[in-house]
Amino acid sequence: MFGQIPSVISHLSLGHDPFTIGAQVMIFGGVLAVVLLLTIFRRWKWLWREWLTTVDPKKIGVMYILVALIMLLRGGADAMMMRIQQALSVGDSTGIISADTFQQVFSAHGTIMIFFVAMGLMFGLINWVVPLQIGARDVAFPFLNATSFWLFAAGAALINISLVVGEQFSAAGWLAYPPLSELAYSPGVGVDYWIWALQVAGIGSLLAGINFVVTILRMRRPGMNLMKMPMFTWSVLGAMTLVIFAFPILTATLSMLALDRTLGMHFFTADFGGNPMMYVNLIWAWGHPEVYILILPAFGIFSEVVSTFSRKRLFGYTSMVWAIWAIVFLSFIVWLHHFFTMGAGADVNAFFGIMTMVIAVPTGVKIFNWLFTMYRGRIRFTTPMLWFLGFIVIFTVGGMAGVLMSVPPADFQLHNSLFLVAHFHSMVIGGVLFGFWAGITYWFPKIFGFKLNERLGRYAFWSWLVGFLLAFVPLYILGLMGATRRLDNYDASLGWQQLFIVAGVGVAIIGVGIGFMALQLIYSIWKRHENRDTTGDPWGGRTLEWSVPSPPPEYNFAKITEANDRDAWWAIKQGKAQKPEDLPYTSIKVPKNTPYGLFIGGFSFLSAFGVIWHYWWLAGAAILAAAICFVIRSMDDDTERTLSAKHVEKLETERAAP
Amino acid sequence: MSTKYKVILAISGTVGISIAAVYWLMGKNVAILNSKGTIADEQRDIIVFTTVLMLVIVLPVFALTAFVAWRYREGNSRAKYSPDWDHNRAIELLWWTLPLVIISILSVVAWRSSHDLDPFKPLSSTKEPVNIQAVALQWRWLFIYPDAGIASLNEVSFPIDRPINFSITADSPMNSFWIPQLGGQIYAMPGMTTKLHLQASEAGKYRGTSANISGSGFSRMTFEANAMSEDQFDEWTLTAVESAQSLNFESYDELAKPAIGQDVEYFQSSEGLYTHIIAKYVLPHQNGSSHEGASH
Repeated sequence: MFGQIPSVISHLSLGHDPFTIGAQVMIFGGVLAVVLLLTIFRRWKWLWREWLTTVDPKKIGVMYILVALIMLLRGGADAMMMRIQQALSVGDSTGIISADTFQQVFSAHGTIMIFFVAMGLMFGLINWVVPLQIGARDVAFPFLNATSFWLFAAGAALINISLVVGEQFSAAGWLAYPPLSELAYSPGVGVDYWIWALQVAGIGSLLAGINFVVTILRMRRPGMNLMKMPMFTWSVLGAMTLVIFAFPILTATLSMLALDRTLGMHFFTADFGGNPMMYVNLIWAWGHPEVYILILPAFGIFSEVVSTFSRKRLFGYTSMVWAIWAIVFLSFIVWLHHFFTMGAGADVNAFFGIMTMVIAVPTGVKIFNWLFTMYRGRIRFTTPMLWFLGFIVIFTVGGMAGVLMSVPPADFQLHNSLFLVAHFHSMVIGGVLFGFWAGITYWFPKIFGFKLNERLGRYAFWSWLVGFLLAFVPLYILGLMGATRRLDNYDASLGWQQLFIVAGVGVAIIGVGIGFMALQLIYSIWKRHENRDTTGDPWGGRTLEWSVPSPPPEYNFAKITEANDRDAWWAIKQGKAQKPEDLPYTSIKVPKNTPYGLFIGGFSFLSAFGVIWHYWWLAGAAILAAAICFVIRSMDDDTERTLSAKHVEKLETERAAP
Repeated sequence: MSTKYKVILAISGTVGISIAAVYWLMGKNVAILNSKGTIADEQRDIIVFTTVLMLVIVLPVFALTAFVAWRYREGNSRAKYSPDWDHNRAIELLWWTLPLVIISILSVVAWRSSHDLDPFKPLSSTKEPVNIQAVALQWRWLFIYPDAGIASLNEVSFPIDRPINFSITADSPMNSFWIPQLGGQIYAMPGMTTKLHLQASEAGKYRGTSANISGSGFSRMTFEANAMSEDQFDEWTLTAVESAQSLNFESYDELAKPAIGQDVEYFQSSEGLYTHIIAKYVLPHQNGSSHEGASH
């Protein structure tokens, strides 16, 4: 069986076009550079102790966001390649890449941006903020949390290794509709890489969803009943509930497609009684809730940002909570609007169309409530607030486009066109990503102890905003001109080329925005002593995360006060609530580091790799090893250590007097 | 530069660019707004009506956002500041109902139009409809005229002002059949038939395309939809009949092999070819010579 190892090596090939070679060089170069730096600065032990084995959600959050940002560069490079291709490949010109490569590029772009950028940023922010915001010392299941992250990282690694081993990815679009994604039309390992990258990362997401629902329901500060929870926490509870209900559907659907491809079954094939339409239904029964999984936390972030920077309580709290749960419920009965054109009857189409429009109501309510939070406030236009205003403009226009397409006969004309592409990028960039950028800027000082540079942040914002408009307004127009999505070539006589060029310039400007963000990060680290957050409350915050020093100690809170107000920290500052100073120090239990999350992630990676290449011995051995890791860890009772009250007091006093 | 000038510059810049864009678009074929068929006309009207209706609520929201952001900026000490004012039943009720009213109107539009413009519903007309069977190949379009016994590749012709009954399938991965200027699309799926009813109101050559990714030849999978007068259509049918090669079950298998190309070809087609193509997926192991058992 080990005779197969040379054949793996034979799949290690240099790319056939400059772009693949470039990507390979970047992957190898990046890995090599990291290894060299760690060795030169003798940081291997530090890496192992502080990061690879950590179960601290704040650090896990940092790792999530780091992976997401790396994947953003890859997904962004894919976007730029698509824009260059479509700007050049007119008539007889074939542009810069072949049709097949182009299709792999857009499939990778969508997959990476949703699963590994948006989801990664989201889980990163949730890890940073939720335990702190509910006044807890940790998540409910710290080890599970680490495992979730390592499964996510394993999925990301599978996508990247597809560029090097086998040198192909799925060319069937980001949701890989069969029969195109079946063996008959997509032989080779591309679709298998897609399936198993998502499968591994998806299980991580499901576990994280369970973890945070339990954390929010069970670990809140005494006195913080549900209707006193901060709005971000509410939005996360909504999103994680969706994760629990939606991700099993994804797992099952991908499993069936994998069975078709690997064991010759016929769930979704065109022949032998398979039904591709079933796949389309199932994937969207997960896929539509998925977009609300991403947008709800972004809504939560904006609620915190608007309230803090308007120096005012959040307006319409109860309405906001109901709006979240209306969206959670509705998001499960709209999936069919992704395929009105598949030929369901008029009654079915109309029902799903109307349910889709109804979602605009709670969403509209949220926008009005944010506006009235600003109304009679004292607004500071910091970068998080700028991201919010940009969001209002883009998201509202995108939402209008969405409602328009929820009318089935309008959708017949707009479906699968670039109008649709412009619509969902308005939602995912203008909504989700702008929200996460606001959140990262807002909570960055809490996690790292210093603020990000404001001026460079503003430059980044304006580049993103202008770049977005230039990149996607032309796509709305192109859609109305009848341009379908995913074209690697089009006829010159259609007169589309100028608009595609403008869109390409727009993406380049977004690239400049990403450049400013990188610069902002580097500059802020360099000048960190000038921007230090010595108070723990740099923005005049309202919720409990601002009541502890920045960065917080590993146990978050030395003392657990009662929280009797929605803005619990604001109430403490106003002298209306119990102060931490009034309480004595107590001993604190903190979880011990463990490498088993990393091991399980690593073995899952190997197992998935084995299935993709049909190395069954590897797949079997690796999954067995992962299971053994799980058992060993479960039998270990010594997973916590106790910090004595004295020790906590010493740590806290040292912190207070630098 | 003061903030005031920046704002003025931004607004005038946006307006300028918008005017230029509209002027530029006047010289272009914005297919969905430039409709040439009865179905496409109605779909365009729905798009325009819905957009205008939504702007009724969206434009005031934009104005309100700009006003509130400006008025309650930190530096403006004249503006009222009520840090603890956090709810008001009456106005919250207002913005639960206001969108609901708009959505209620749109729901009626959605319900009615879904039924009126159901792609499976035949169009009412005094004239006989033209039956056309469309097959998405890898990566070309085959059109079969069962009544005339002819078939054409990459070109579909039909008379204006007469309903066209499309039956659509695929001998390939899933595609979507779309002629933007005549009306909305429907999926073309192997082993299944979908239907689309269209009617052209103006003679012309319109661009048809597949709107759903179906493999590496997808982008070149376009065809010409040729709307013409009755006389011209009769003539076209005759030319097709005369110049045709024969397309039987065997030569079809040759034609159905993956190929990219927009060249137009005409055939005399065997009876039952369309059913035969669907039956391939229903009865995968049978040779194509029998198509009796093809009913689903």
